Amino acid sequence: MKVSILQFPGTNCEYDTEYAFKKLGCDTEIVWHKAKSLPNDTDLLVVAGGFSYGDYLRSGAIAKFSPVMKAVAAYADKGGKVLGICNGFQVLTEARLLPGALKRNEGLHFISKHHHLKVENNDNIFLEKLNKGDVVNIPIAHHDGNYYIDEAGLAELEANGQILLRYSDENGNIKNPNGSVESIAGVCNKNKNIFGLMPHPERAMEAVLGSDDGVAMLQGFVESC
Amino acid sequence: MKAIVNVFLKPGVLDSQGKAVHHALDSLHFDAVKDVRVGKQIVLELDETDKEKAMADVTKMCEELLANTVIEDYTIELV
Repeated sequence: MKVSILQFPGTNCEYDTEYAFKKLGCDTEIVWHKAKSLPNDTDLLVVAGGFSYGDYLRSGAIAKFSPVMKAVAAYADKGGKVLGICNGFQVLTEARLLPGALKRNEGLHFISKHHHLKVENNDNIFLEKLNKGDVVNIPIAHHDGNYYIDEAGLAELEANGQILLRYSDENGNIKNPNGSVESIAGVCNKNKNIFGLMPHPERAMEAVLGSDDGVAMLQGFVESC
Repeated sequence: MKAIVNVFLKPGVLDSQGKAVHHALDSLHFDAVKDVRVGKQIVLELDETDKEKAMADVTKMCEELLANTVIEDYTIELV
């Protein structure tokens, strides 16, 4: 399986992402944002985390106009699988490939810590290795992770099973670190081929470093390709 | 001509920065403050003399880049 990983100026999680997918046995390629096309054999495209363009104007606002983003939209449109992590999630919402927007954290602080997440829906390739209601321990590291969507949009997400993960405590009770609407940590599009989340599964690949719960999350992609 | 673009979170979208500033003003005893919204101002120097054309251009800039219309409103003033 081939995983292509986008790199913008300011991206800083591309090598962690590469490590995570290599550990799962995938081939990986880092794709610079000026590329006009994606590698032909791409099975999964990851928009990695970091601070593309220094988060200037809004997180992800400038990255969405990078040359490679046209190829990303075309790839996703044909049903290609896309995963946006942290800043990648912000880029995908700015590009309107995912619904909603990420605002400044309610408490205004940058939050960097392990956080529990509850699996809300697993009828998608991303979370199919997990059960509904499972709790995973995954690091979060963001300043603009406060997910916003209006009431009509939220109803649509709920009706279509597009809410992937909610922030919770270790028992799965909702615990909201950043003010996100309905404590949402990750969503997908209606067709369930584009996924976005603020937490970093690629940073939870080794038990000795605090958690390897990211393995089960990313494994879903590996087995479906 | 200059275009002054102001971008604010939409009414109903919680403005955490505005709230924090409001708390700070409260603690300084500026009791008359009822609400605070924090936004950003973007000033564009335009090589354009036609006001209508400038307004159309800047509106397009706001829709495509300067504001995220999922959560933000914008105003444009030409001077």
